[in-house]
Amino acid sequence: MTFTFLILAVIILGSALAAALRPNLIHCALLLVVSWLGVAGFYLWAGAEFVAFAQVLVYVGALSMVVLFAVLLTRQSRAELRVDAPETRRAVWAVIAGVAVSGVIGTAVFATKWDSAPVTAPEITVRGIGLELMGAHAAALLLLGVLLTAALLGAVVLAAPDRPEKEEKS
Amino acid sequence: MIFSATHLWMIPALPLLAAAIGSLTPRGGRKLAAGAAIAAMIGAFVLSCGALVTALAHPAVHGYANFAWFTLGNEVVRVGWLLDPLTAFMAVMVTFVGALIFIFSLGYMKEDRNFTRFFCFLSLFAAAMLGLLVANSLLLLFVCWELVGLASYLLIGFWFHKPAAAAAAKKAFLTTRIGDLGLLLGLLWLYHVRGTLLCYDGGAGVLEQGSLTALAGTTVAGGFALSTAIGLLIFCGAIGKSGQFPLHVWLPDAMEGPTPVSALIHAATMVAAGVFLVARVYPLMLADQALANVPVHALTVVAGIGAITALLGAAIAVAQNDIKRVLAFSTVSQLGYMMLALGVGSWVAAIFHLLMHAFFKALLFLGAGSVIHAAHHEQDVRRLGGLGRRMKATFATFAVGTMALAGVPFLFSGFWSKEAVLHAAHAWPVSSLPLLVGLAAVVLTAFYMTRLITGIFLGAPRTDAAGEAHENSAVMTGPLLILAACAIGLGFLGTPAWPWLQSNLGGVVVPSESIWEAPGLMLLSIGLVVVGLGTGWAVYGRRRNVNASSVDPLAQAAPGLFAVLAARLGFDEFYVATFGRANTWVAALADGFDRHVWGGLVSLLARFGEFSGLLNREADEDILNRGFDRASAAVRGAGQTYSRAQAGEAHGYLRTVALAFVVFALVLLLGGVR
Amino acid sequence: MSPLQGCLLLSAALFSVGLVIALARSNAILVLLGIELMLNAANLNFIAFWRFHGGTAPATGVIFVLFAIAVAAAEAAVGLALVIALYRHQKNLRLQEATRLRG
Repeated sequence: MTFTFLILAVIILGSALAAALRPNLIHCALLLVVSWLGVAGFYLWAGAEFVAFAQVLVYVGALSMVVLFAVLLTRQSRAELRVDAPETRRAVWAVIAGVAVSGVIGTAVFATKWDSAPVTAPEITVRGIGLELMGAHAAALLLLGVLLTAALLGAVVLAAPDRPEKEEKS
Repeated sequence: MIFSATHLWMIPALPLLAAAIGSLTPRGGRKLAAGAAIAAMIGAFVLSCGALVTALAHPAVHGYANFAWFTLGNEVVRVGWLLDPLTAFMAVMVTFVGALIFIFSLGYMKEDRNFTRFFCFLSLFAAAMLGLLVANSLLLLFVCWELVGLASYLLIGFWFHKPAAAAAAKKAFLTTRIGDLGLLLGLLWLYHVRGTLLCYDGGAGVLEQGSLTALAGTTVAGGFALSTAIGLLIFCGAIGKSGQFPLHVWLPDAMEGPTPVSALIHAATMVAAGVFLVARVYPLMLADQALANVPVHALTVVAGIGAITALLGAAIAVAQNDIKRVLAFSTVSQLGYMMLALGVGSWVAAIFHLLMHAFFKALLFLGAGSVIHAAHHEQDVRRLGGLGRRMKATFATFAVGTMALAGVPFLFSGFWSKEAVLHAAHAWPVSSLPLLVGLAAVVLTAFYMTRLITGIFLGAPRTDAAGEAHENSAVMTGPLLILAACAIGLGFLGTPAWPWLQSNLGGVVVPSESIWEAPGLMLLSIGLVVVGLGTGWAVYGRRRNVNASSVDPLAQAAPGLFAVLAARLGFDEFYVATFGRANTWVAALADGFDRHVWGGLVSLLARFGEFSGLLNREADEDILNRGFDRASAAVRGAGQTYSRAQAGEAHGYLRTVALAFVVFALVLLLGGVR
Repeated sequence: MSPLQGCLLLSAALFSVGLVIALARSNAILVLLGIELMLNAANLNFIAFWRFHGGTAPATGVIFVLFAIAVAAAEAAVGLALVIALYRHQKNLRLQEATRLRG
């Protein structure tokens, strides 16, 4: 439990909470990017540098761009960036569900008996990860490739506009 | 003063901080953004002076401070800071000129609504440039190099709502990128061979003796020494950034940016980065000089490119009508001079000329900016005229800059640095061509500068905008006066009689000699300057009764040549016709391949699938369908029952999932399952 | 409180915030981002166990997170394509109005 960890937790949770409350869609998206960066910082703190880089690349780099694109593609005017405030009833239910879930998990965490012995940090190199991926997990890696391809095609199909009849004639 | 290489990071860090402040300042916070930028620049200037004092204490020593940046597998990537007189002199120049240009921008950009953004970009640019100067690792240098490119893209395209500015920014970015590809390849190759990109590292750096011997001793394809190949690849980056032939086309277009940007980036600092890069890796470029049986020495190529560029730029500048374009081509030409000096073996002369040029060219650009600002953004020489009477301070300082650039003898800095370059070219044993080219460019330079200054300041106003122009505020003329003082005074730091700058820059004491010992070359070049100025005055100075649409006297005398020069020798058209068209062809070829070859294969497979589907359907309809019909009727009935629970609202589903999880978890916890 | 417990609590809190975002906001993009936050919380757990709980295979947690990130990327791509399709369909992104599948 170090000072760094506390700061990271404050960044992660603070920006996520702020994102939950801001009315402006762009602000929300950017705040969530900050939160993802905080998670990447957590990975660095925990010693998983490679995962941290992957997190930065995928979330902070790629996903945030896709999200911003989606925001820009789906707005008609500046006013629409200001999305509706949550309805009260749904918001209350959401908070109840959230508190209940974190309460249950928190109880479980404290109720479980953990090995109290401190564990030395596992040594893992990029080379080690590469060997693992290409050795023991090669099949999973291939499947992942197939999955990503399918997701890409699916996304193209979903987002492609229905071609109007007129275009085919011309 | 204790200022070692360890503290060098503070110099680029200050403007970077200012850029961060500027980027977070809302549009209204003009004073904060500009104040932070200028304060950071002045702070960096003070630090640079400290660095200069330290460096001058031991001019022959390369002080460095290396540290590990990150670890990748077993490779430790190390970068560092480097403090030698080259770094220190350049840093002082960049911060000093930069600070003055920042102050000038206060006045020039006063009416722009994106004022804070402008200062943010300027600071970012300064940070990148200073980072490039202090880097001890070619990797770090490359990173900053690309940041400089980015900042210049942002600044050239600052008025991106003008299509011409947006196109110019794109062109500058892409053209320099071609050169950067060469630089990147060179660095990768170097890293592959040597395993490090640190310049100086206690004997293990790439610019130190052990590395150089190994590089020069290896031969690659074509009989080149390895050091030649890598050196030329690195030089590609310098060609792009410093606007050398054949990649000079972006520099004049870059004049679409605000004038302070032109002064900062395209006169004083950024384009100097290429020259600086070659000077930095000079030991590498020099490594193949001792070899006799190689096809070409790296420096010979540098000298050739520099000579072509010097002549080309000066010739095209004669026929341009836009003030900033004339100055831009003169920058191209002067950068050619510097490359020429590097190529003929005198990097000290090149850097001397670079430093002097930075001051007087910044002065000229700011003077042009002052004129443009006063004349309501009119930059066509033909539509100005007669401004000398109303803008005395600008006229006087512009005249000083002109004389420095033209090389008017003795009093002006440009004369001494140009003499140094010409003497170096004279002493080159390989060929006398660079000397002749340099002398020809002297005449042309004096000629086109006379044409420019008479066109702007003398005669009668040719349009209303020129007639109504009046002098700008002190915030704009102040920097002009300071720069003019520098353009006069700084030259005396490097006269042959007292070669202080040369001695300290190279770390080798240059013996002082009397100016009059071998005056032949100097007299010749003075004579050529007089010829250039005199011809210019004879052609343009005594014209009367001209108006905005009257034809240029040169165009009357030689219409064909003038038109070709005015069209900038057709380089842009040539590139469009060759590289642009080739690109289109390749794209069309790939498109056709995709469409016909792969498309045909895919549709063949589809036909096959369609055929087998037809067979299956016949079998299905008769045999299987009846059973399925009955089963699906039952499923439909069940579905109708369940569908009442489907409210169709995604939030509801998710909420149900979450609450169900809570219930199950509670059951488990209370049930005592651990 | 041990470091492991701290990490798990952080993860639980992050998960809940994601859940609240997904449940309370009506904009489809934000719902999707809330789900991404929940995924991140799960990944955080993996790393926490990998780092503080020990195990036989030293790389499993990291590998699992890498796969999870890749899957999350695929999920986000499809999800945002769905968002765009939704927008084209009903000219806004209010999820509570997307009730065509009501039984």
